[in-house]
Amino acid sequence: MTGKDNQMTGAEIVLKALKDNGVEHIFGYPGGAVLPIYDEIFQQDDIQHILVRHEQGAGHAAEGYARSTGKVGVMLVTSGPGATNAVTPLQDALMDSVPLVCLSGQVPTTLIGSDAFQECDTVGITRPCTKHNWLVKDVNDLARIIHEAFRIAQSGRPGPVVVDIPKDIQFATGTYTPPSDHVAQKSYQPKLQGDLNAIKAAVELMATARRPVIYSGGGVVNSGPEASKLLRELVELTGFPITSTLMGLGSYPASGKSWLGMLGMHGSYEANMTMHDCDVMVCIGARFDDRITGRLNAFSPNSKKIHIDIDPSSINKNVRVDVGIVGDITHVLEDMVRLWRALPKKPEAAQTADWWSQIDKWRARKSFAYTKSNDVIMPQYAIERLYELTKDRDTYITTEVGQHQMWAAQYFGFEQPNRWMTSGGLGTMGYGLPAALGVQIAHPESLVIDIAGDASIQMCIQEMSAAIQYNAPIKIFILNNQYMGMVRQWQQLLHGNRLSNSYTEAMPDFVKLAEAYGAVGIRCDKPDALDDAILEMINVKKPVIFDCRVANLANCFPMIPSGKAHNEMLLPDEATDEAVANAIDAKGRQLV
Amino acid sequence: MNAHLQPTGSAYFIAKETQVAESHTLSVLVDNEPGVLARVIGLFSGRGYNIESLTVSETEHQAHLSRITIVTRGTPHVLEQIKAQLERIVPVHRVVDLTVRARDLGHERPLERELALVKVSGVGENRVEALRLADAFRANVIDANIEHFVFEITGKVSKIDQFIAIMKPLGLIEVCRTGIAAMNRGPQGM
Repeated sequence: MTGKDNQMTGAEIVLKALKDNGVEHIFGYPGGAVLPIYDEIFQQDDIQHILVRHEQGAGHAAEGYARSTGKVGVMLVTSGPGATNAVTPLQDALMDSVPLVCLSGQVPTTLIGSDAFQECDTVGITRPCTKHNWLVKDVNDLARIIHEAFRIAQSGRPGPVVVDIPKDIQFATGTYTPPSDHVAQKSYQPKLQGDLNAIKAAVELMATARRPVIYSGGGVVNSGPEASKLLRELVELTGFPITSTLMGLGSYPASGKSWLGMLGMHGSYEANMTMHDCDVMVCIGARFDDRITGRLNAFSPNSKKIHIDIDPSSINKNVRVDVGIVGDITHVLEDMVRLWRALPKKPEAAQTADWWSQIDKWRARKSFAYTKSNDVIMPQYAIERLYELTKDRDTYITTEVGQHQMWAAQYFGFEQPNRWMTSGGLGTMGYGLPAALGVQIAHPESLVIDIAGDASIQMCIQEMSAAIQYNAPIKIFILNNQYMGMVRQWQQLLHGNRLSNSYTEAMPDFVKLAEAYGAVGIRCDKPDALDDAILEMINVKKPVIFDCRVANLANCFPMIPSGKAHNEMLLPDEATDEAVANAIDAKGRQLV
Repeated sequence: MNAHLQPTGSAYFIAKETQVAESHTLSVLVDNEPGVLARVIGLFSGRGYNIESLTVSETEHQAHLSRITIVTRGTPHVLEQIKAQLERIVPVHRVVDLTVRARDLGHERPLERELALVKVSGVGENRVEALRLADAFRANVIDANIEHFVFEITGKVSKIDQFIAIMKPLGLIEVCRTGIAAMNRGPQGM
């Protein structure tokens, strides 16, 4: 390239840098401070821009895109309100470790600090909700910063980054440097290979275990498909039972014989009891979140703990561990599998036989059992049927946040990683619909379903319009119980059944709403009509809003009430009104 | 099995609430780029950590490196977490807990010094006394007229605290302190 060829405007540099970083789709919304970039988008065909209806939608769509493909999601927003609307998905991506590059427009450098129209301190506001961010002050830095943004977003523990580009920088002419010439910032070099001595110590500890458990998380999904393969191999080799966090579902198949189901607050009885009573715990790419551990000082009190994580600050943060291994899951599991195979004396199956028979007793407790009804659709039944009717298809599931999310996690079986997109850490209502849009853009031929609640869905419902515009036939499956179900459940648990503002008195007619957007609306309130209605939803080649009327007062069990330990679960058949009212003591009430 | 009947202090190291908070001095080597100090401070406020003293300045101009010295207070677990969280910040090159390093080297504490400017105003006996004490503390007079002195004093925090305390009755007007600069003894770098 001669000196002249790589001279271009800032806006051209943005598009060139995106292309050179393999970007095919960006989700965004135009505005004054990004018009030069939008002008460049107009004049090219390599990158498709998906116009959302709200910047929050752009962020969640980019998250869904990223999590279903393993690629970096890209969003583009304008200055001021565009950037502030992006804050929720940025924090969401930070907590769930989703690689996201957010490009934002900014007022011209000469106006920064003058309280100009649509000005805000974007790098200041997004500093705590990104992995890193930049304000570009010189057009000649722009290409380098964008390349670095992609590197930082996807390396180490993935996360969101923001590149704030003032409008005069977009117009200015400068030099483009390709990614091949990019010099990475020296200070940020995440370690991929785990310490071999630590891995050796871990394998030796695992070999002595009589009551082992593997507890895997979203880090396995983030590390790539190879990590899931290795995890499955490790489970097969060791014969250890495995449970997973909400974020890690699919990395080990739900149909696998060693699968215990999800653990944590709404996890299975067998998973939580196994965690509580184990003697060796192998935590792989999870972070001992409070939804997982329950009461910390009663968390798995008699176990030796091994923790593999790419983020050194995760290790010993909430729970002290015996063997901490910092590294990428794929790299560490490769070593772990190799060292296990090389063990001079592998443990006999008999060593864990008693443990497995204990686990079978816990399994027999059937903690996900519920009372079926012929008159009204139980929400659990709705998810079960949805799973049965979609499991042989190429299906991706997203969710909103609340009871429906937990039921989806409990009753939908995930066999593969990257098939399950949910807001775990931040718990963002409104995530699911735009995330489904992002997934559908990445996988146009696949069946993409947002399992939603009637309250959550109204938080980003506007993206139906984007789905129609891009012929993205997403299916919105609403478990409609007229309540903010999880809020109500907590009010029943904690606040004497005083249902303050958790009942939605004015609910839209979701069928008409679908039709208003140009989508298809389906309503079902009879269990015996459900299968046909679901099949109809699947077969329609358009976006669908499915208003599934479910039992209004069903609650989500089993549950570890706040402030309780894993072995103090509230099981569905024990959850009488009285038990629910007294489940959480005064101390637990202060927790969330 | 009830959780509270579980034997404690079992197979793994249970976090003890009995841990005592300690004051530690951290040295943080960062790229000298816009916002880096805000990232460090934001981490402390966002995660509820304490800052007792903070000093920052460019130390290697060619390499664009700044050194931030932070005195913070917390239990050993919190201090370990602070270090790990600081290391996560993209422009941070290195974080060294100088207090831990000093112990490893067999010293009680790292070398820690602070500089203060102290303005004292007065006439007569107080003025003479202030000057006499300043001499005893090896403080320099860097500005004066017939009504006031500005002293420059360098030393350990305790020495500066003491100097300020005794200047109070002698007409102390204002104080400006730099915060702590620190490094470990011996030939090795951080």
